[in-house]
Amino acid sequence: MGHYVPHTDAEIAGMLRFLGMSSLDELFASVPEALRLAAGLDMADGLSEPDTLDAMERLAERNRRAGRELVCFAGGGAYDHEVPATVRRVAFRSEFVTAYTPYQPEVAQGVLQALFEYQTLLCRLTGMEVANASLYDGASACVEAVNLAVAATGRQTVLLSDGVNPNWRQVLETFAAGTGHDYVRCQIANGVTRWPDDAQPAALLVQYPNHVGCLEDLAAARQLADNAGALLLVAFDPVAAGLLHSPGHFGADVVVGEGQPFGTPMSFGGPYLGLFACKRDHVRRVPGRLVGETVDADGRRAYVTTLRTREQDIRREKASSNVCTNQTLIAVACAVQLAWLGTDGLRELALRCARGTRYTRDALLAMDGVDPLSDAPVFREFAVTTPVPGDVVVERMAEEGFLAGVPLGDEYGERGLLISVTERRTRDEIDAFVGAFEKVIR
Amino acid sequence: MSPSAGGRATSAPIMGRDAEPTLFELSAPGRRAASFRTTGVPEWTPAELVPGEHLRGDPAPIAEVSERDLVAHFTRLSHRQYSVDLGAYPLGSCTMKYNPKLCDDAASLPGLTDVHPAAPAPLTQGWMELLAQLEEALCRITGMHAATLQPPAGAAGELTGLLLMRAWHEEHGNPRRKVVIPDSAHGTNPASVTLGGYETVTVPSDRRGLVDVAALRERLDDDVAGIMLTNPNTLGLFEEDIAEIAAAVHEVGGLLYYDGANLNAILGVTRPGDMGFDIVHMNLHKTFAVPHGGGGPGAGPVAVSERLAPYLPGPRPVVGDDGAYRWETPPKSIGRVHSWHGNALALARAYSYILANGGDGLRRVAEAAVLNANWLRTRLRGIYDLPYDRPAMHEFVASTSTLKKGKGLRALDVAKRLLEEGFHAPTVYFPLIVDEALMIEPTETESLQTLEALGDALERIAGGDAEDARHAPRTTPVRRVDEARAARQLIPTWDARE
Repeated sequence: MGHYVPHTDAEIAGMLRFLGMSSLDELFASVPEALRLAAGLDMADGLSEPDTLDAMERLAERNRRAGRELVCFAGGGAYDHEVPATVRRVAFRSEFVTAYTPYQPEVAQGVLQALFEYQTLLCRLTGMEVANASLYDGASACVEAVNLAVAATGRQTVLLSDGVNPNWRQVLETFAAGTGHDYVRCQIANGVTRWPDDAQPAALLVQYPNHVGCLEDLAAARQLADNAGALLLVAFDPVAAGLLHSPGHFGADVVVGEGQPFGTPMSFGGPYLGLFACKRDHVRRVPGRLVGETVDADGRRAYVTTLRTREQDIRREKASSNVCTNQTLIAVACAVQLAWLGTDGLRELALRCARGTRYTRDALLAMDGVDPLSDAPVFREFAVTTPVPGDVVVERMAEEGFLAGVPLGDEYGERGLLISVTERRTRDEIDAFVGAFEKVIR
Repeated sequence: MSPSAGGRATSAPIMGRDAEPTLFELSAPGRRAASFRTTGVPEWTPAELVPGEHLRGDPAPIAEVSERDLVAHFTRLSHRQYSVDLGAYPLGSCTMKYNPKLCDDAASLPGLTDVHPAAPAPLTQGWMELLAQLEEALCRITGMHAATLQPPAGAAGELTGLLLMRAWHEEHGNPRRKVVIPDSAHGTNPASVTLGGYETVTVPSDRRGLVDVAALRERLDDDVAGIMLTNPNTLGLFEEDIAEIAAAVHEVGGLLYYDGANLNAILGVTRPGDMGFDIVHMNLHKTFAVPHGGGGPGAGPVAVSERLAPYLPGPRPVVGDDGAYRWETPPKSIGRVHSWHGNALALARAYSYILANGGDGLRRVAEAAVLNANWLRTRLRGIYDLPYDRPAMHEFVASTSTLKKGKGLRALDVAKRLLEEGFHAPTVYFPLIVDEALMIEPTETESLQTLEALGDALERIAGGDAEDARHAPRTTPVRRVDEARAARQLIPTWDARE
């Protein structure tokens, strides 16, 4: 139907005359005849706007969305946090949504300043000195952290904790096929990583809190990294930063993470936000875009993407990364949400998650047959084992109106269930969840 | 042509001129916007919940602002930002078309946004069907057999494609060492080649602006894993010898990779699969109207021919005989390339755009995109150099080479002057093989009247004083920024200021 092409038939005819052409087909004269689609695309014709939205709604209705009918206790890298109206209304203004990468800083100060503020907020959360303007997701941030560590140390081996999100570890393995990086898998015992003490790796990669919810001993990991001359890479939970020490406090060199909890609905997994921050020593190896403050020709404060010689469009095959399009809009939403929370609100958010988690965990562990995966301290999610496997619990709990958690793979021992409790969960919801849980595990 | 009906819409700059304080300057201790649900959960103290060695003393300092000030701050920032919704954005190679608003609504449906990505398949049938249908639509558009929607951006799609290439060759002997790319290629191509574990071999363009086929043949041997091509290429020209190129690459056992950056030009006209490509990535944020978001998010799905389908990333949504969707990882999969299922809401936007346009509408997109580019190219003939002055596709490359020799007018100055005229600038100094390049892509959504205004502005700039142009822009939120200072005295955060 082409509703979005403004040309009238008369205008098209006039424009073709201007070009000395008599038909639109002539525009494609350089496409060899044999390659042209004589019959057009084998697809349905276009729909009107209401018909399109009807079709999309019919698909959306075939999902069971999280909400009162399916109360969400699932986490594992995607969390059911509140997204305030302010974020939805302000971060998604069309000036932010429909702008390109800020290559012309004179007309892109809005996005540039928002990114500068995002970088500042991320550094304050992580205890780092430099943050980039975003990567794709938690997995890609891990990949880039490893690439930085390998380039910085000249070593190829990385100690990879089993406590790192399993999907992210799969992505690391996928990209290792090209870079030749070698991952040494480090298992977790009683909830925390057991590191080999005789390795000479480029880095240790650890998650804090880890995938089964437990608080890793980052001080010990730092000590091990120092002994080996390796970098400490920490995948952190930005919500935890409201209550826990920052990874920077423990001496992390690079901090990465998944920024979805701030301002992004669960969205079936994307677009999310790859958080990346590091010590200033590594600034020339930072992947992707970095915004810096400077002045304009009149000496007024201005912002611009900087240290551009790291990037692919200039450095080509020697670039620090191939990333070009990133997740800027999601980073802006993250900045808006963090500012909305504020210093006090971030602490309260973390505290509320921890309280709900404690309340839920205590109630579940009081049941016969429900055991903790470990005794290590947890923060906002925890793993249990039950008489029936985790995926069966999830299936049965869905009938009761709950998304009970994320089933854990065999690598964590018995087939357990990872349960997450955000600030949105009320005592009544938790009590009902516990009641249903008791019923389905038998 | 005389402008008559349709008016003369320029996007005269109406942007905020006053500096905006940072969030940190607006902050006052004790202010806050946040509010939380009443839950009734017991109120344990932090010390009761977290062991002392993990517990932060002071809270992480964020910013302390009221909701009203926060909204005003970001609203004022938005007024210091140019965007497609404000006006034309003829940024070559970026396909900055208007993004239909219906796609915003489609991607905001709670049945799509409020779904956990690890929820079991029976609870997410709508999403899985959407993704499977999008895979199929993209395969029909590109002439390929199967697709993955996981890559979250074009560069991620490139790397995924190169890893598919590597997996294929590994299974058929050895991974090989080299990947060929033209000298006009985007920078992401060589950067991805390196990350794929390959060496870049550059093939020059000939005088037509196309791949020099003889030079390509000299570079082909059984150590070449494949070639990465953009078609039409970054000069906006269709690689007319593509069938011959494909045959030559396939003859040495190499694979052809299609960089979909310029797919907009050929929708419904021709397909990469018919040209002989084995692997295709698409930039849904260019061709299929996912807005660019100031730099992202996008989506970079990869489609492949039948022989490469077993290597695709997984899991993929697959429909059974009972009509139910389940997740399945292809047998020889290279593995996962995204935390979950790709940039799902961006994929939903693209799917709604494809539904709304349909096969007929997509062809019309390509026609109008190519018509607009050629109209503007012809309009500028005799005013700017047109180093490859032949019918272009969706974009063309002009140059100020003669204007620079004559009076010192550089491409950069034209770009900055155009900002004063109320348009976004074209891409400048790319592709690298053209001196003082201005790469212009009007896209199909700009009207004839907008093209006329843009043409007039570019003519005015070319005829204007070059010394004066060096002072542009003067009507924008800030004037030219000191990039050298930004790099020399790096201030990456508010806290890094002296």
